[in-house]
Amino acid sequence: MPLPATLFCGLDISMSIGLLLAIILGLAAVGYVIGIRRAKDRAGGDTRRLHSLAGYHGQSVLLFTAVPALLVVGAWLLLQPVVIEARVSGMIAESDVPQGSSLDLVMSDVRRVADGLNAIAANEQLTEDEIAAMGADLGGLRSRLGNAGVALASDVQPSVFEASRTYRQMNNTGLTALSISAILVALAGLVFSASRIQAEFRARNVSESFVKLLFIGSSFVAVLTTFGIIASLVVESVHFFQLYPIKDFLFSLTWNPQFRGGSDLGIWPLLWGTLYVSFVALLFAVPVGLLSAIYLSEYASKRVRSVVKPAIEILAGIPTIVYGLFALITVGPFLRDYFAQPLGLGTSSSSVLTAGLVMGIMLIPFVSSLSDDIINAVPQAMRDGSFGLGATHSETVRQVILPAALPGIVGAILLAASRAIGETMIVVMGAGAAAKLSLNPLEAMTTITVKIVSQLTGDTEFASPETLVAFALGMMLFIFTLGLNVIALYVVRKYREQYE
Amino acid sequence: MTDAVAHPTPHSGSLLRQDERTRRRNNAERRFRLYGQVAIGIAIMALVILLTSVLGNGLSAFRQTFISMPVTLDAAVLDKKGNRDPADLKKVTTIGYSKLLVNSLTQVIEEEGIVVEGLASSDIKDMISDEAAAQVRDRVLGNPDLIGQTVDLKVLANGRIDGYLKGRVSMESAERDSNVSVNQLRLTESLVERGIIGKSFNWGFLTAADASELRPEAAGLGVAILGSAYMMIVVLVLSLPIGVAASIYLEEFAPKNRWTDLIEVNISNLAAVPSIVFGILGLAIFINFAGLPQSAPIVGGLVLTLMTLPTIIITTRAAIKAVPPSIRDAALGIGASKMQTVFHHVLPLAMPGILTGAIIGLAQALGETAPLLLIGMVAFVRDFPAAPPEGLFDPAAALPVQVYNWTQRADPAFVERASGAIIVLLVFLLVMNTAAILLRRRFERRW
Repeated sequence: MPLPATLFCGLDISMSIGLLLAIILGLAAVGYVIGIRRAKDRAGGDTRRLHSLAGYHGQSVLLFTAVPALLVVGAWLLLQPVVIEARVSGMIAESDVPQGSSLDLVMSDVRRVADGLNAIAANEQLTEDEIAAMGADLGGLRSRLGNAGVALASDVQPSVFEASRTYRQMNNTGLTALSISAILVALAGLVFSASRIQAEFRARNVSESFVKLLFIGSSFVAVLTTFGIIASLVVESVHFFQLYPIKDFLFSLTWNPQFRGGSDLGIWPLLWGTLYVSFVALLFAVPVGLLSAIYLSEYASKRVRSVVKPAIEILAGIPTIVYGLFALITVGPFLRDYFAQPLGLGTSSSSVLTAGLVMGIMLIPFVSSLSDDIINAVPQAMRDGSFGLGATHSETVRQVILPAALPGIVGAILLAASRAIGETMIVVMGAGAAAKLSLNPLEAMTTITVKIVSQLTGDTEFASPETLVAFALGMMLFIFTLGLNVIALYVVRKYREQYE
Repeated sequence: MTDAVAHPTPHSGSLLRQDERTRRRNNAERRFRLYGQVAIGIAIMALVILLTSVLGNGLSAFRQTFISMPVTLDAAVLDKKGNRDPADLKKVTTIGYSKLLVNSLTQVIEEEGIVVEGLASSDIKDMISDEAAAQVRDRVLGNPDLIGQTVDLKVLANGRIDGYLKGRVSMESAERDSNVSVNQLRLTESLVERGIIGKSFNWGFLTAADASELRPEAAGLGVAILGSAYMMIVVLVLSLPIGVAASIYLEEFAPKNRWTDLIEVNISNLAAVPSIVFGILGLAIFINFAGLPQSAPIVGGLVLTLMTLPTIIITTRAAIKAVPPSIRDAALGIGASKMQTVFHHVLPLAMPGILTGAIIGLAQALGETAPLLLIGMVAFVRDFPAAPPEGLFDPAAALPVQVYNWTQRADPAFVERASGAIIVLLVFLLVMNTAAILLRRRFERRW
């Protein structure tokens, strides 16, 4: 993977932003002290005359100084690249884009040249005029950029050079403007809130309302995250469907991406692999998880329970990469050597069965702890009634408890299924990469998540359908898991209400 | 009841002797119990096999094969002008140092009188890791006084030699392997007998940066551990305040209305969104839209923050809910404001629960791999990131991603490294979870 394009300007930004943040926080601290001093002053040294404790006056000044300024910094950093990108890409005429290339590629060249200019300017202490003069010798510029760590495939086009210079200047002026405006906002907040301080000023109420607003803002982060997920999936999926017909994506039975265009990007082989692996995983996890939950909640002594339950829950705390490695180095070779090859069913160590089994192990604690809760929620009266009629323990479990707990257990299985469908590392390392529609569980198949990873890692170019398809796949995954979750939570909640 | 109809006449005989049907029912009972025990056995066995397989493969990564020998740092080679000028010293490349090491090893072999038939001089060169020369060079550049002296050095042996000592490479496999010869292995054996080649604890595994595909013996976790630590800092700094603030709002202030319901549904659904979707979010929003650098801990930290927020909010809300209402009523009753009640009474009492939740959330974030793959953390990074805050924008690796990275390489020596990295990861997780459990045991109050 080449060095990320925005690396160097990221460095610059971070350095001055770190300083800026320190200044803002320093101002806020100063504001706090000023607030307390001023409040005591206004009270004539007798703090009993203040409506609020002096600390609240300080706190309100602190909040008014820091928070708006920090919000300005955050919003500015998010929007600046977008604005600059739009302005600079306007400078590149249609005719400047070489044959077989795209505006995106030219823009990434622009960014890299700008980074290189930054590096050269920092190394050699150049003025703006000297940098502008470099435009006269574009051949020499290429080698100088190469020395600065930015290797280019060809000489810099004049228009690209101009665009890079503008890009660089706009970035620099943008940063300066940001620093100035953020500090001004902080100072304005400080002066405004400090000037409001009177003995009867309700500083506690003001600062408490302010804090409450911050709380509300924080609780919106979750909503914003969901919004961000949906927006990024939908926007890029729409891009994808403009380049590749949605009909083929949803109904084609072949998955065969080609880097030179003409790919088949049908979702069915991936969907089949996903469902097959998840099915195998559930086939293993549900009986094991459910039976151990039943044993633990109905039969096991307290001592056994206190040892076994945490032991099973350790499985839930192990990161999925560990399961992935387990599939890759232990389970895969074992299944290949003892089942696939003797039976003549396959020669690959990554297979549906490998990924399914390991994923099943991962899901055991999930199924068992959920079922445990649900079985424990069945009222004791039902057990007593069954015992009273002379049923044995197992008959009680099978004919009374399980039917009563069934909706909850179905919910738990659906939740486990949603986990299985969204699981990535185990299938990346255990299931293989071949998109196939086959019934043989010892053959390598691939899943939606594997293909999202493989299409989005490595050298990605954002204009091609082969990359963008990952977003459409992500959307399908999101819809599937969300749907399963909503149904499962509905079922579980409905069932819980029955016995409450 | 149906049974009663099917058997109209109760059977006669002793109550002490089981009849056919009772026996059947008792057998069914026993079988059912057995199923449960077998299920638990399978679960525990899976855990044991999983852990032993990782430990068995990975523990050897903490020991590495070194060659200890006296090396003469010849001034005629390393400092031709004899002025100890750092700029001139830097002109001597690793090739020059490599020759020195080879000469020393050859000399050692001659002195010990080891004769291996058909041993070529290139065989001796390949006994030493390519990385060793670079390490010696760094050491000499850091301390030019060493030039001209003869120092006892412990240099890394080649990965195949290491593999031979660990049983990964054998005489048979060496015959088919172009990277190692049988003669080298014979030489190794005699050197091991004389104590010149041996294994010792591998600090480099924990502190060194990743190494290229051809030098598994030099690959370390330093950059990955640092990158993960940076990300955890970002996650902690962002998700704890935001998560606690959101939980306080939802638990203590939020009116019961549609908005609040929407937020709550949102949080519970976010907790179930597959982690890779968060990676897509990070790629689309933080990298493509906001223009943050790829492979940077700041982006990884932001993505993991969004991912752990639901966990932290859910546990924090549970902890706040567990504080009995009487405490709030008492505070409100003596004239505290709502906010004072929360900050002076509810939060301190809920703190152990909140911290436990935060640690568990962090542990989850530390082991997360999939979203980091999408934001470019798979890149090969050899340079240590700078100190924060600038370092947050430098490219870095992450522990779980490093594991994935190593499993994608061809040399089987990397499997050992990957398992070793998993052990490091698991140790971190163990420490964090133990801390969480202790915290809960020590401070949790039940009302």
